[in-house]
Amino acid sequence: MTDAAASSPPRSQWHDIWVQFKSHRGALVGAVVFLAIVITVFLGPLVWTADPTFVNIRARNKPPSFEYPFGTDQLGRDMLARMMAGGRVSISVGLTAMSLAITLGSTVGLLAGYFRSLDWPLMRLTEIFQSLPLLPLLLVMVTLFREPLAASFGPERGTFILIVGAIGVTSWMATARIVRGSVLALKEREFVLAARSIGTDDFKMILRHILPNVVSPIMVSATLGIAAAIITESALSFLGLGFPPDFPTWGRLLYDAVDYMQQYPARVIWPGVAISLTVLSVNYLGDGLRDALDPRIRGR
Amino acid sequence: MLTFIIRRLFLAIPTLLVISLIIFLLLELAPGDPMAQVPLTVPPEVKEKMRLALGLGEPLHIRYIKWVWQFFVVEPSVLIDWLTRESALFGWLPDTTLYDGQLRVLSWQTRSPVMDIVVQRLPQTMWVVGMGYLFGVMIALPIGIYSAYRQYSIFDQVGTFISMVGFSVPTFFTGVLLIVIFSVELGWFPSIYDTTLVVNSWDSFMMQVRQMVMPVTVLALFNAAQISRFMRSSMLDNLTQDYVRTARAKGLSERAVVLGHVLRNSMIPVVTVIALGVPQVFGGAIITEQVFKVNGLGQLLIGAIEANDLPMVQTLTFIFALLIVVFNLIADVLYGIIDPRIRYD
Repeated sequence: MTDAAASSPPRSQWHDIWVQFKSHRGALVGAVVFLAIVITVFLGPLVWTADPTFVNIRARNKPPSFEYPFGTDQLGRDMLARMMAGGRVSISVGLTAMSLAITLGSTVGLLAGYFRSLDWPLMRLTEIFQSLPLLPLLLVMVTLFREPLAASFGPERGTFILIVGAIGVTSWMATARIVRGSVLALKEREFVLAARSIGTDDFKMILRHILPNVVSPIMVSATLGIAAAIITESALSFLGLGFPPDFPTWGRLLYDAVDYMQQYPARVIWPGVAISLTVLSVNYLGDGLRDALDPRIRGR
Repeated sequence: MLTFIIRRLFLAIPTLLVISLIIFLLLELAPGDPMAQVPLTVPPEVKEKMRLALGLGEPLHIRYIKWVWQFFVVEPSVLIDWLTRESALFGWLPDTTLYDGQLRVLSWQTRSPVMDIVVQRLPQTMWVVGMGYLFGVMIALPIGIYSAYRQYSIFDQVGTFISMVGFSVPTFFTGVLLIVIFSVELGWFPSIYDTTLVVNSWDSFMMQVRQMVMPVTVLALFNAAQISRFMRSSMLDNLTQDYVRTARAKGLSERAVVLGHVLRNSMIPVVTVIALGVPQVFGGAIITEQVFKVNGLGQLLIGAIEANDLPMVQTLTFIFALLIVVFNLIADVLYGIIDPRIRYD
């Protein structure tokens, strides 16, 4: 070992990852844009205090002005406030649905990869889920179960639970397959053998030795999962099968604006750009994370 | 190879049965009542008869088995009869009479066989979605090849950015954006797809082309974005291989190296991705059909869901699932055919 290497402090793995991540310009920009969108949407209402559901019929269809920066809709509701409220719902749906899908997928993947007896049934289940036509099934689930859930949890929370549940249940398969693959490879490594030889039980083995080593593929699919969930929610809202009309989401705003597309095209553009920008930044973030967390690419 | 195909076909049967059962149970568990729209003045005993007429009198498992029988035995026999009797392709075969008047899967909305309606709607979807996919693949392959060959060049960076954008912007926004620009502002293309248009002259042909431009563009861009990413990364994997250096070292022209050696090897995963994408495109086209008001399969499904027409929803969803299973099989078989390293036997 040379002197220079000995004198410099040892670099941690996370430092290497950060260096690689920084070098991916798209990912850095994506992270900044996504954070900016999240902050605007969640903290913006503290600054811009207009009520997104306040109907002011005299001020309807106003063009952008100082009073209404994004203009108003056909009922005179402030578009800026509605955009922020819609973003809050869309991003919350994205994050929650992603967490559900990742939890399901990682659990299935860990169990299938670790316990040989569970591998066959769980992988057949994954295959069957992958053969299901997801968008048609989501549409069916949302239409059929909207009313009873709305009755028991209230219209907004019921729809939220339904949409998050439906998206989560239909998008865990890719994660499960990736995690299972990594677990199968990890199981053959020496440190697992070492841990087993000192008597580690299965539960501890998964929690202490396997799980920390599959964090990186899970993180990548989590990031890409947010984007997919936001798109799916907007698609459902766009088809008129998402949240109730007085409860704005970006997809719903776009859907409502389509009727007035000829007179007020700007109202279509704002939510569409918001969805696209969020998804684009999250996808770039995911791409950068994938490169940064992949030791074969890192350091090249 | 043949034994592999036969084995996979047999394996597909239980998968399809499980999928159809899942869809059936999901629809069955749904709380909606098909009689909800019937006026309250209708007496209960008449209502009961109406339920029986819809086939709701039998217990759950009997109804499921009957649906499976209708879908896998009755409908194919109707199809085979039609093929041997009227179609141009198999009309020369002796006429068969497999269908003996058994009850087919009936739609609750129209009381006509579901498959007849599906056959009416299929051409619209096939034209728009098929053209969209075809153009998408045709755009994606050259872009993917060139941007991998000139990695980190301006072309590659712009191409990667555009494909990332195309991959991230949802089709319902691209569709609406195109309508705003080209129908509302410029007035070049109609925003609504007119399926009653009969193409019998040059003018009507041009009209058909004009109304297909926007939906096809939307689908083509979205598919091209995804496939070009695969094409690029597959090319990049192969360009650094030893055999490429060998091919160059023995003095082959650059064209022969890239298009002859690297491309052929890079196409192996891409072809399967293209095959696997076909059923996704059918499902995803529901949104594009809704944007441009194309009355294809997607619109049929949404209409059926809203009207609580369970046999129609069940059959359509299952057809989408069938497409996925069939194209998975095709992708596996293609993989074995084009990659000589893979032998299933």
